[in-house]
Amino acid sequence: MPTVSVGRDRLFESLGCTYTDEEFDELCFQFGIELDDITTEKAIQRKEKHLEEEGVEDDGETIYKIEVPANRYDLLCLEGLAQALRIFNGLDPIPTYKVANIGKESMLEMCVKTETSKIRPYVVCAVLRGVTFDEAKYNSFIELQDRLHQNICRRRTLVAIGTHDLDTIEGPFTYEALPPAEINFVPLKQTRNFRADELMEFYKSDLKLKKFLHIIENSPVYPVIYDCKRTVLSLPPIINGAHSAISLKTKNVFIECTATDLTKANIVLNTMVTMFSMYCERKFEVEPVKVTYPDGKSYVCPDLSIYNMNVPLSYITGIIGVQLPEDKVASLLHKMQLRAEKSVSEDKEVKFVVSVPPTRSDVLHPCDVAEDVAIAYGYNEIPKRKPASLNPLPLSQFSDLIRTEIAMTGYTEVLTWILCSKKEIFSMLNREEDNSAVTIADSRTSEFEVVRPSLMPGLLRTVGHNKDHPKPIKIFEVGDIVLLDDTNDVGAVNRRHLAALYCGANSGFELIHGLVDKIMEATGTNFVSPGNSTGYYIEKSEEPAFLQGRQASVIYGGKRIGTFGIVHPKVLKEYDIPDVCSFLELDMQSCL
Amino acid sequence: MADEAEDAILAYLKDNDEISNSAKFAQDFGFGHDEIVNVIRRLHGFRFVDAQDIRRERWVLTEEGKTYAAVGSPEFQLFSTVPPEGIAREELQKKLDPAVYKIGCQQAIKNKWVEMAKTHVSRKVQHADDIVKNLLLRIQNDEAVNQEDIDALKRRKLIIQQVWKGNSVRKGPEYAPKRKRAATDLTRENLQRGDWKELEFKEYNFSAKGLPVRRQVQTIFLNMGFEEMPTNNYVESSFWNFDALFQPQQHPARDSHDTFFLKVPYSTKMLPEDYVERVKEIHESGGYQSRGYGYDWKREEANKNLLRTHTTAVSSRMLYALAQKPFAPKKYYSIDRVFRNEAVDRTHLAEFHQIEGLICDRGLTLGDLIGVLHDFFSRLGMSKLRFKPAYNPYTEPSMEIFSYHEGFKKWVEVGNSGMFRPEMLLPMGLPEDVRVIAWGLSLERPTMILYGIDNIRDLFGPKVDLGLIKRNPICRLGL
Repeated sequence: MPTVSVGRDRLFESLGCTYTDEEFDELCFQFGIELDDITTEKAIQRKEKHLEEEGVEDDGETIYKIEVPANRYDLLCLEGLAQALRIFNGLDPIPTYKVANIGKESMLEMCVKTETSKIRPYVVCAVLRGVTFDEAKYNSFIELQDRLHQNICRRRTLVAIGTHDLDTIEGPFTYEALPPAEINFVPLKQTRNFRADELMEFYKSDLKLKKFLHIIENSPVYPVIYDCKRTVLSLPPIINGAHSAISLKTKNVFIECTATDLTKANIVLNTMVTMFSMYCERKFEVEPVKVTYPDGKSYVCPDLSIYNMNVPLSYITGIIGVQLPEDKVASLLHKMQLRAEKSVSEDKEVKFVVSVPPTRSDVLHPCDVAEDVAIAYGYNEIPKRKPASLNPLPLSQFSDLIRTEIAMTGYTEVLTWILCSKKEIFSMLNREEDNSAVTIADSRTSEFEVVRPSLMPGLLRTVGHNKDHPKPIKIFEVGDIVLLDDTNDVGAVNRRHLAALYCGANSGFELIHGLVDKIMEATGTNFVSPGNSTGYYIEKSEEPAFLQGRQASVIYGGKRIGTFGIVHPKVLKEYDIPDVCSFLELDMQSCL
Repeated sequence: MADEAEDAILAYLKDNDEISNSAKFAQDFGFGHDEIVNVIRRLHGFRFVDAQDIRRERWVLTEEGKTYAAVGSPEFQLFSTVPPEGIAREELQKKLDPAVYKIGCQQAIKNKWVEMAKTHVSRKVQHADDIVKNLLLRIQNDEAVNQEDIDALKRRKLIIQQVWKGNSVRKGPEYAPKRKRAATDLTRENLQRGDWKELEFKEYNFSAKGLPVRRQVQTIFLNMGFEEMPTNNYVESSFWNFDALFQPQQHPARDSHDTFFLKVPYSTKMLPEDYVERVKEIHESGGYQSRGYGYDWKREEANKNLLRTHTTAVSSRMLYALAQKPFAPKKYYSIDRVFRNEAVDRTHLAEFHQIEGLICDRGLTLGDLIGVLHDFFSRLGMSKLRFKPAYNPYTEPSMEIFSYHEGFKKWVEVGNSGMFRPEMLLPMGLPEDVRVIAWGLSLERPTMILYGIDNIRDLFGPKVDLGLIKRNPICRLGL
């Protein structure tokens, strides 16, 4: 979930009301956002610099860190949060966003060149006219871009935003893709000219920008936006030009979003313009830009049209489980920024035509409308109902039976990791490495490389970590291991295994052997002579993880279902266990 | 011998609060320190005593240091040998041990005590104090010495640091003045000797332990008439884990930062093709009254194998299977392992157990969901609940579940819930009026809250504290 930091006092000023921390927390809870932390600018800085808390007297403005739902891009800045909460509190009407009515011929134009399709095919643009920034608004404008880049833009891979002082550049603009050596400009925050390929090299040491380089680095052409005088506006998705940089004094803002995903580009552009059009000379009005593609087709953006959704009243009340009159539903929807017009169809069914504004890209289906009614009504006001039989699976039931049986003989159940390192399942068990295990592609923790094909590493590690525990240690685990299996759709399959381990001054080999008999007895399996497939028998085995001559396989129904024996001293050494251990592992599913 | 040591420790603690230093105790009672430490560890394991580790770093004199402490430093010996009127160099050399002469010269010159001319040695000061000897004596007596002097002596290799480890010991929860060896069996010898009266039997372990809450939750589900889902498939395709749940392919959860994708086996080989087509359609352009996500849905992405990130992957398979038959209401549950590519710490695990419950029926409402949640959680001993609006890609409406914790005196998040989205259910082929209410929580969370465990690794994984698992009483939850 994204977190938005906003100054408390500015927020309260926008809300036209002050709250105690508890009251504001409660408001957040009702609305479905979360007051995550209360801090100050200086405290944040101290934390970043790892400084001690000292003399916390005047830390300046209080900051609220608010967690917002991941699909509510309109809540990623103070402006949007304040507006949503004001409407929720019944203070404001739902704003109507307008695209300025200007003829296509006097519109600014962005021409897209064919080569862009090789790297970043889409662009959408808009203009905010007569904006008045102050420092707080300006910072919020920049932060909103950062948060959009982090979230919906997937770290600029899907969409990248560029904002420019329109009075420094001149349309028509072109969106091109050129070989890096042909692009030359002064990037933002720099004073000298760079060639695009040099610039990429230069940014390899830039902590903030280096993580975006991979998006275009290996492409023969880089995307670039020019004005009519060949001034570079931006090299998306990396950096803007210094020439058109916006400042506190900027009046007219040109916004371009280049993208690999057009739907998301439109959402991002709409979020930018709807949030900040409130500071325009004509509040909530946005000037359009015509984007022309190489095939000659042109589109006017932004698209701020309302999306109309037909939602029957009965659908809404059916989901919530509360009978609500239609006026009530309409007013609840209003609190969530959704205008609802009632319409009665021929069969007398009450329906709403719900207007979904461009700020609410999260509303995809009537179920989203129903949820908003439920939130505005209050989840905790909905009366409980009791909705208008059966057995556990045989495998679980069987596992529990076996668990109880083993626990009664004094073994303690442990749960160990399913993930482990390659080393643990091969070399540390005295086994040759092969490709028999499910392997993870990219793990954050180095010790997690494979999915266990055996319960042995987990139990040995547990003993290794409990050296000081009084001896003997008797532990067991009933759990799944995973094997590669071509006959299954995903190519791997779980098997339920049982493992038990005895560790003490002597090997406990007979005890483990006895446990095998006890388990087989509990499953109702007879001990038979070797070669007989109606029951189970024990046969000498040659497993490298066990001591030679002190190990055996359990054969059941003609199949080998497990092995037990004294753990090989080499293996004990690998797992740092100073005492002797005997170990048993059985495939329980075979006994089912 | 070890038994004598054990008896001595237990007897001492009968009349005294504490053995503050195991080494002193060993000395006073004539035992070896190693032996005492071993016995203390064993007694600690059986909880007869509580032992605290003590670690002390102290300086001790080297052999050279000890000699100087006894006879004085070489420079002082040298200075004392030089008479007030001076002495011939050769003469002086004869009077002293060669090593003492060599070191003594260097140090005495450094100290500006003597002047060494070519053949003649004379005093520069009339009086000198043997500072080194004094310092060494103070160290020998464990008196404080400032760091500068320590450093100087260390450089001259006159002292060396010794790390000493021992224990301080107090009575433990199971303390008794004498420990009876717990017997595991009664033998004929015991009966013949008649010592069976003295035997203390090791407590017999009658029930499975480990994660007892699991059993309890299972019973709750069964009592509520739920059927268990087969969750024994850790390896899952992205399709069932994400796509079928209407989770878009660019969703952050589908990053390798959050999910364990597999190298082997890399991708899935079989998916129900007509259903895949409907899922693709709903993601790309919507349908069933939905606007869809409007992006290019990629089959390769859906084929990628992973370790399931939630048991809802199993729910999606089960609901799809249900939709292939004439509709009948169902109540399903599962409790099993799920995986997240996270760094492991006190409260985060890369593997944990997810509890999931779902009800699939016609005309279910949020009121039903709230009712079921109250029923379920009150059986777990959490009766005060409230719900917060939340976002989840596959449920709408979605509610986070908070329970009031009497101990912490605050609301704690205990789980998530919601109604599965029509975009998930309708492409499967379920009838339009069928709704699915579902909730999920981690097994570890209520276990940690109920047992007051603050480090999840104490409970789970190889670093588990075996003592802790054994001590936990059988979980008794409200029912």
